[in-house]
Amino acid sequence: MSTRQFLFSGFGGQGILFAGKFIAYKGLIENKEVSWLPSYGPEMRGGTASCGVIISDEPVGSPIVNNPDVLVAMNLPSLDRFESKVAPGGIIFLDSSLIERKVERTDVTVFALPATQMASDNGFPTLANMILVGKILKELGEYNDESLKAALAKVISAKHADMMEVNRKAIDLGANS
Amino acid sequence: MIVYDKPHALLDVPLHYCPGCTHGIVHKLVAEVIDELGIEGETIGIAPVGCSVMAYDYFACDMIEAAHGRAPAVATGVKRGDPSKIVFTYQGDGDLASIGMAETVHAAARNENITVIFINNAIYGMTGGQMAPTSLVGQVTQTSPYGRDPKLCGYPIKVCELLSELEGPEYLERVTVNSIPHIRAAKKAIKKAFQNQIAGKGFSLIEVVSSCPTNWGMTPQNALKWIEEKMLPYYPLGVYKDRSANEEGKKE
Amino acid sequence: MADKVLMKGNEAIAEAAIKAGCRHYFGYPITPQTEVAAYMAKRMPKIGGTFLQAESEIAAINMVYGVASAGLRAMTSSSSPGISLKGEGISYLAGADLPALVVNVQRGGPGLGGIQPSQSDYFQATRGGGHGDYHLIVLAPSSVQEMAELTVKGFELADKYRMTAMILADGTMGQMMEPVDLNFDIKPAPEKPWATTGTKMQRKHNVVNSLSLIPEELEKLNIARFERYDLVKKNETMYEEYMMDDAEIAIAAFGIAARVSKNAVKEARKRGIKAGLIRPITLWPFPDAPFKKAAEHVKEFISVELSMGQMIEDVRLASECKVKVSLCNRVGGMIPSPEQVLDAIVKASK
Repeated sequence: MSTRQFLFSGFGGQGILFAGKFIAYKGLIENKEVSWLPSYGPEMRGGTASCGVIISDEPVGSPIVNNPDVLVAMNLPSLDRFESKVAPGGIIFLDSSLIERKVERTDVTVFALPATQMASDNGFPTLANMILVGKILKELGEYNDESLKAALAKVISAKHADMMEVNRKAIDLGANS
Repeated sequence: MIVYDKPHALLDVPLHYCPGCTHGIVHKLVAEVIDELGIEGETIGIAPVGCSVMAYDYFACDMIEAAHGRAPAVATGVKRGDPSKIVFTYQGDGDLASIGMAETVHAAARNENITVIFINNAIYGMTGGQMAPTSLVGQVTQTSPYGRDPKLCGYPIKVCELLSELEGPEYLERVTVNSIPHIRAAKKAIKKAFQNQIAGKGFSLIEVVSSCPTNWGMTPQNALKWIEEKMLPYYPLGVYKDRSANEEGKKE
Repeated sequence: MADKVLMKGNEAIAEAAIKAGCRHYFGYPITPQTEVAAYMAKRMPKIGGTFLQAESEIAAINMVYGVASAGLRAMTSSSSPGISLKGEGISYLAGADLPALVVNVQRGGPGLGGIQPSQSDYFQATRGGGHGDYHLIVLAPSSVQEMAELTVKGFELADKYRMTAMILADGTMGQMMEPVDLNFDIKPAPEKPWATTGTKMQRKHNVVNSLSLIPEELEKLNIARFERYDLVKKNETMYEEYMMDDAEIAIAAFGIAARVSKNAVKEARKRGIKAGLIRPITLWPFPDAPFKKAAEHVKEFISVELSMGQMIEDVRLASECKVKVSLCNRVGGMIPSPEQVLDAIVKASK
C-alpha cells in the first residue's frame, strides 16, 4: 500500500469521527503518514457527519478525500451521497441494519454488516462504529493486535479507561464476522 | 373544521434546531402574535448570529440578517427609516448580552420603538456550547470546563433587571416556555411587546428563559426541569418594567 | 512516531503558544476556530495562565493590547468576521508598536459568509486590514506541524520587531488532525524596556500610545516603522519551492491550496509536464525573489487560491508581469481539487 484514503460517514452521534480518529492513530502508531479531516457544520445533532482519513507511506498531500478507496457508510444518506465517489476497485463497508438498499456499483467490493443490530444485541449499542472498524481491519489485512491496542489507548481518554475492553470486544466482533 | 393550524407568519419549512430545543416554540409564539395582530405585511424581523441565525428562513415577514450583536442598531435604522413598520429582533444571550450589550443598552435607553425577543438559554449553542454571559455560576461549558468561576469570569448578567434601571425602556418581562402555562404566559408577554410598538410606546424586551438540551448534555425533559430548578431561581419570572402602567398608576 | 501526537490544527496552535510562553489568551466563540479557545480554557488554569472569554472580539484584541503593553506574550484567535472586528485593535497595536499574535482561521465571506474554509482575507491580512500605514507579519501554515511551528515563530518575530504577527490559516488547517512533534527549541523572549511595568520610581515613565498630533513627528514614526519593516523583508521572508528547478509551469499557492497543488504537480510530472510549486510561507513579507527568478524560465504562473484572486496580485508584482499569471480558484468555502489544478496546468502547458 502506498496511499489509502478512507471516508467515514453517517449521522452525528454514531461515532464517525471517533472511528476515523482510531484508524488515523493506528496508522500513526505503525509509522505511517496520516491525516484526518472532519466535515464541520452548524447542526449539533441529527446532521450528517463525515471525516476523511488518509494513511500513506509518503507525506500526505491534500488531506481532502474526494474519491475514497474505502467508504464506510453508516446510514442511507451517506451511501446515496458517496457511492458514486468511491474509487474504482474500492471497498464499501456499510451498516445493513440502517441501509436496506444494495450498492449499485459493480466495480467495488461491498461488505455489509448489520453493525447497529449486532451492537445492541451484544450490549454495547453505541459501538456499531467499532464493529465496522473491526471488519475493515480484518478485510484489509490490517488487524494487528499490538497497534490496535495502542491506538485504542490513544483515542480513549484515561478518564474513560473502562471503555477500552468493550471497544476491543466490538472490534473483535466485527473482525470475526 | 380546522381546529389548529400552523401560523401563517411561520413558513412551512423544516427548522434546523436540535430535537427538544425551545426555539421552535418561541418562533411559533412570535408568528401567532404576528398573525393575530394582522401585521405580517408590515413587519420586519432582524435575525442575530447564533443558533437562530437562520430565523430569516422561518418567518414569512421580511427579514434582515444582522452582524453579531448589532440587531438593535439595525432595527433602529429600519424603524427610523420607516416608523410605520413593525420591527422586531430575535436574539440569543451571546448576541444580546455579550457582544451586543452596547447596542441593547442604548436601544433601551433611547426607548427605541422596537420589540426585542431575547432567548436566554445560558449557552452559546451554534458554536458548540461555550460559556454565555448568562451561564450560571458553576455551569460547565466548553470554555468553562471546570464550571463558571465568578472569580475568573464574573457573574451571570440579569438583562431585565439591568435594563430596568434605565429611564428609557417601556416594557421588560421575563418568561419561560418549559410548561404549557408558561408558554401561554410567554405568548401574552410577546403580544404585549408588539402591541406596545403599534401604540408607539417604545422599547419592549421579552426575555425567554429557554433550554439547550444538546449543549447542556441533557434529555429535553431534564432540560425543562433544569430551567425550573436552576435557571428560574436566578432568573425570576415577571414584569421588570411597565412604564405606561406605572404612569397610569401614578395618575390615579 | 515516538514524540508525535495527533492533534487538530487549532489545538496545535494553542499548545504551541503555551510552549512559547504565552500565558494570556483572549477569545470569543466563532467557527471554525473555537477549539483554540476550548483548549486554552482547559490548559491555562492548570499552568497559572489566563484564559478569558471576552465579551466580543473587540474586547479580546484590546485585552491583548493590554497584556502586550505589559511586555508579556499575548494572543487572540478568531475567524474572518471576528478578525474584522479586531481590525481597530490591530491598527492600534501597530501604531503602538506592540508585539502580539493574532490567529485567523479563515472562513468564506464577505459579511457573515459561511463557515467552510477560505483564503479570502489575504488582502485584509497582507495590506493591514485596519486603518493607517502598517503591516503585520503574516504566516501561512500548510500543515498541522506548521500551525504549531509558525505560532512559535510568530511570537519570536513579533517580539524581535515589535510587530503584530498573524497566523493566516483556514478551516481545513484548523479542523484537520495530523501528527505533530511539539518539541521545539524556544528562545526566551527578549527584554522589553519599553513595557509599562511600573516605574518603581527608578526610571522615566513609559508610554504605550499611538496618538501623535504633530504631523512632522507622526511622519518620522511612520518612516522609522517602515525601516523596521524593511529589515523584516530582508531577514524573515520564508517560502518553499517544489520541483521548481526546471519548471515551465509554476503554481503559486499557500496553505491548503498548496497541498492540493502539490498533488497536481506530482501528477503533471508523471504526465511529462514540467510543473513546479512556489509556496509562500510568509505572505507579508511576500517572497518576491523566487518568483522573479522563476519568471526567467517559466511560461506561466498559476495562482491557486480559495478566493476570487487576491495573492495573484502579489505574484504579478513579484514576477514583474514578465510572464502570464492565471488564476485557478474556488470560493465560498469550496476547495479546488487536484484535478482542477491539473487541468489548469495542462491547459497552460499547451
